[in-house]
Amino acid sequence: MKTENGKLTRRFPFSHFRFHIVKPMKYFPHTANDLQEMLKVVGVGSLEELYSEIPEELIFNKELNLPSAMSEIEVRRVIGQLAQENKPLVSFAGAGVYDHYTPSVVPYIASRSEFSTSYTPYQAEISQGTLQYIFEYQTMMADLTGMDISNASMYDGSTATAEAMMMCVAAAKKRNKVLISETFNPAVMRVVETYAKYHGVDLVKVGAKDGVTDMQALHALLEGDDVAGVLVAQPNYYGIIEDFSGLAEKCHAHKALLAINTMASALGVLKSPGEWGADIACGEAQSLGIPTCYGGPYIGYLCTTNALIRKMPGRLVGATTDVDGKRCFVLTMQAREQHIRREKATSNICTAQGFMCLYVASYLALMGKKGLHEVNEISYGGAHELKERLLGIEGFAEAYLGQPFLNEFTLRYSGNIDALQGYLCQKGFIAGVKAEGKADEMIFAVTEQRSAEEMDRFLCAIAEGVKESINQ
Amino acid sequence: MAKVIEGLYYSESHEYVRVDGEYGYVGITDYAQEQLGNVVYVDMPEVDDEVTAGEDFGAVESVKAASDLISPVSGVVVEINEDLEDQPELINQDAFENWIMKVKIADPSELEGLMSASEYESTCK
Amino acid sequence: MNKTYYGKLIFELSTPGCIGYSLPENKWCKHKLTDLPEHLLRAEDTILPEVDELSVVRHYTNMSNNNFGVDTGFYPLGSCTMKYNPKINEEMAALPGFVALHPHQPVATSQGALALYYNVQKSLSEIAGLHEFTLNPFAGAHGELTGLMVIRRYHEKRGDVKRTKIIVPDSAHGTNPASAAVCGLQIVEVKSTPDGTVDVEDLKPLLGDDIAGMMMTNPNTLGIFEKKIPEIARLVHECGGLMYYDGANLNPMLGVCRPGDMGFDVMHINLHKTFSTPHGGGGPGSGPVGVRKGLEEYLPNPQVKLKQDGTYALEYNPESLGAVSAFLGNYGVVIRAYAYLLTLGKENVPLAGKLSVLNANYIKECLKGYYKLPIDGLCKHEFVFDGLREEYGGDHHDAGHVTTLDVAKRLLDYGFHAPTIYFPLLFHEAMMIEPTETESKKTLDEFIEVMKKIAIEARDQREMLKTAPHDTPVRRLDDVKAVKEPKFTYKTL
Repeated sequence: MKTENGKLTRRFPFSHFRFHIVKPMKYFPHTANDLQEMLKVVGVGSLEELYSEIPEELIFNKELNLPSAMSEIEVRRVIGQLAQENKPLVSFAGAGVYDHYTPSVVPYIASRSEFSTSYTPYQAEISQGTLQYIFEYQTMMADLTGMDISNASMYDGSTATAEAMMMCVAAAKKRNKVLISETFNPAVMRVVETYAKYHGVDLVKVGAKDGVTDMQALHALLEGDDVAGVLVAQPNYYGIIEDFSGLAEKCHAHKALLAINTMASALGVLKSPGEWGADIACGEAQSLGIPTCYGGPYIGYLCTTNALIRKMPGRLVGATTDVDGKRCFVLTMQAREQHIRREKATSNICTAQGFMCLYVASYLALMGKKGLHEVNEISYGGAHELKERLLGIEGFAEAYLGQPFLNEFTLRYSGNIDALQGYLCQKGFIAGVKAEGKADEMIFAVTEQRSAEEMDRFLCAIAEGVKESINQ
Repeated sequence: MAKVIEGLYYSESHEYVRVDGEYGYVGITDYAQEQLGNVVYVDMPEVDDEVTAGEDFGAVESVKAASDLISPVSGVVVEINEDLEDQPELINQDAFENWIMKVKIADPSELEGLMSASEYESTCK
Repeated sequence: MNKTYYGKLIFELSTPGCIGYSLPENKWCKHKLTDLPEHLLRAEDTILPEVDELSVVRHYTNMSNNNFGVDTGFYPLGSCTMKYNPKINEEMAALPGFVALHPHQPVATSQGALALYYNVQKSLSEIAGLHEFTLNPFAGAHGELTGLMVIRRYHEKRGDVKRTKIIVPDSAHGTNPASAAVCGLQIVEVKSTPDGTVDVEDLKPLLGDDIAGMMMTNPNTLGIFEKKIPEIARLVHECGGLMYYDGANLNPMLGVCRPGDMGFDVMHINLHKTFSTPHGGGGPGSGPVGVRKGLEEYLPNPQVKLKQDGTYALEYNPESLGAVSAFLGNYGVVIRAYAYLLTLGKENVPLAGKLSVLNANYIKECLKGYYKLPIDGLCKHEFVFDGLREEYGGDHHDAGHVTTLDVAKRLLDYGFHAPTIYFPLLFHEAMMIEPTETESKKTLDEFIEVMKKIAIEARDQREMLKTAPHDTPVRRLDDVKAVKEPKFTYKTL
């Protein structure tokens, strides 16, 4: 490195600057002329000189080991090829992710780039669109869960549940124990456990009996009067609708909060967390119009009572007026948020899944009261039909006899589950999910997207697959 | 300029104690309310809670900031100012009149570690 | 953007009897929801509206017209990297081969999706100068939390349990200390020198055997490169801690200077900043976390691996810190980032950073005669003004001086988004400007002219700025009322 006129300069082995002039790039609007003029204003001789304060040994002087720039045609070819290497299957699987139908209006509205290319609505005067749909989302989720308020969403159902756990601890001040039912979806459980470990929460699992939370065991644990909160799932991992009668009263008698995680679509017909007396409602809202998309982006919801508003993490949109008295919307109660609480924060969530609120709000706007009910009615009918007919096939047996379910259920299968699934995969089906921690149980789900003909074909394929897997 | 009242004890974190026999009324100073702006919420302790000098006992929230309240003395909370639940803005109107909690002081010697009005005033400049 | 305010809520459009959906006839009527025990069913009706399809389309279209995005105009929001969001990315992410994939599908039927994930992992490793990445974290803050968990897991596996403190510069974004707190770490703040960089002398006495690591961003939140980074990294490593790089400001470093080469051990990247995926009005983002060799085992589950036979697998590693997501994070965002990486290629990735730095310095030089520049010299991708200069109404001693908020609001009238304001906290009137590389000189010149015009207005027509904006769908909002009379749902209006 040498010094010229008091300024550090450095020679680079190759200049991207020169390259740029040779081959313009569609996302970089600078002409060669612009560059010269701008460099002059800034007072440097080259783009590289803009980095002259950086110690030379830190400069990366090689070519990046990445593919060469591609045209749009080539990008389309490469990624299109990868997309084709996936095999979309007709789904009879759920386990937390449901392929409910997304009406064409939903992605159409979502393609409005005034929504998608905006940032968090800090400048409310030019962000009423975002603020309004989040306000609608908050209204819909608070109503569906039967709670007073909803935040502007969380990353997904698993992190929303982890946040609910931390919220219980933050609200309780001096208690650090949270109970969680073992009937939670293991994918959610793993995330909650990770957060508990690093946040220092004493997370205690409550066992299951006949596929549902062992309420006696839960009550016994509450007797210690050291529990900050209780987390239960509805419908649970096995698809069973649990009966939470009396649970909220029991929790509150011991000064513990109750958080119920419900699959969002089911909120339209099942007794809501609010009706059960819960303090917190949380869960995954993918089932409200969001495609399965290999696991994300989805959206977590988190709702609570007015009493706990200041313990609730995440953004909140509120109504107010502008100086002319017009009703409008704004991000509010920001003093709760992580960027202000800093080291006192009990959540580090900054934004949310803002854009996915638009999916949920527009989906629910289209479906309305009746549509959401109908979706559940068809899914219910289909799941019960499938269960009945599967029980008629050799190898399948009841796993949790007599337990009520909605759109999803668990059966015991005496053959080789992996072999059966492999066979059905070739036939174009995802044949349910193998229940984690259970060697011989499979979880099936049905949505309104399944036709009677698909179910017939599926059952035929299963019958064949059963023979194959027994013969193996 | 922010008001300071003689005879009270002040902490570096802008709380005051007005001593009345074995009790102390704790609140935030006029300077603190000025800095915070419109107070919209006060998170108060509960009666019978134990508070410890130097540790937080609640929080005060304005539109764009939230500050923890640090107790200047140790003791047991005997009363809270319930008026603040519905009218947190009273703190902006008169921070010294509108105390937050009344504490039965456990160790009066802790008061010696706090500042006088004139000492506090000089730290706010 | 349409300046006429729309302002209706979907609930206000509801007409009993209207429907906006169509579903197939229920062919499984034998079983009815009413067969369920009544006490398990919802008693209350829902508030969901009844609206026909066209009304729904118009409603959201009208709402979108009151919104400002990067596609609407220049968005110089500091620390947010509001670059252009390419449209080919959107189309690739919408391919049915990805959108219809169920996360529980057998891996044999999702090899293309896993290959794409793997390729992005590898590309980010190369760009960051680190060994391996996970793409599972959902956002920048989530990446931070995950990265800190990696650090804690590393110390835990070494049996070194007393390292419970993390060093964070006082200029750091509030998310850093918040993530540390959620991760069960205590925060130790290190001061900045007057030039805005970490004070190494202040750092030294903080280092001990209770330090888990240090979080930094480089360039820092003021847009200044921390030249002493090799020394800082050496000191922290000598005391047994790890270095965490907050990738919020990675854009200017692309292909020029890599976090791994600077001595960082763990970092996160915001795909929604540096890799052009849309911000979506506040999510979904994506916050991949990278680590140097030796820490890869600790990355969250599930991990995507390339097997010897050339196929991809999803693995659950017992050494891992655990899981931070149910599946593979915001996968749809990863697809967009991949399209961007392929489009730029090795030739253009380094150019993106350089042009972003040129754009920032150009604005700074053109405006520093009007706005206070607290720290002079070359900035990187962004810089901070401390309000208007005194001769343009920015005199603090004058009680009615024109504030940064006033300037920001006036910018909206001129069709620009405002910069980030009142951050970083080091300055009273901070105004943080980040233009990104995708803005042309013409756009920058227009912005500069408007900023100059506003400075002159601030001097001559103060009242007009105090009441700005004047020409937006709604005008200044009552923040205090929003908190004091809280209304978060339609029912409470």
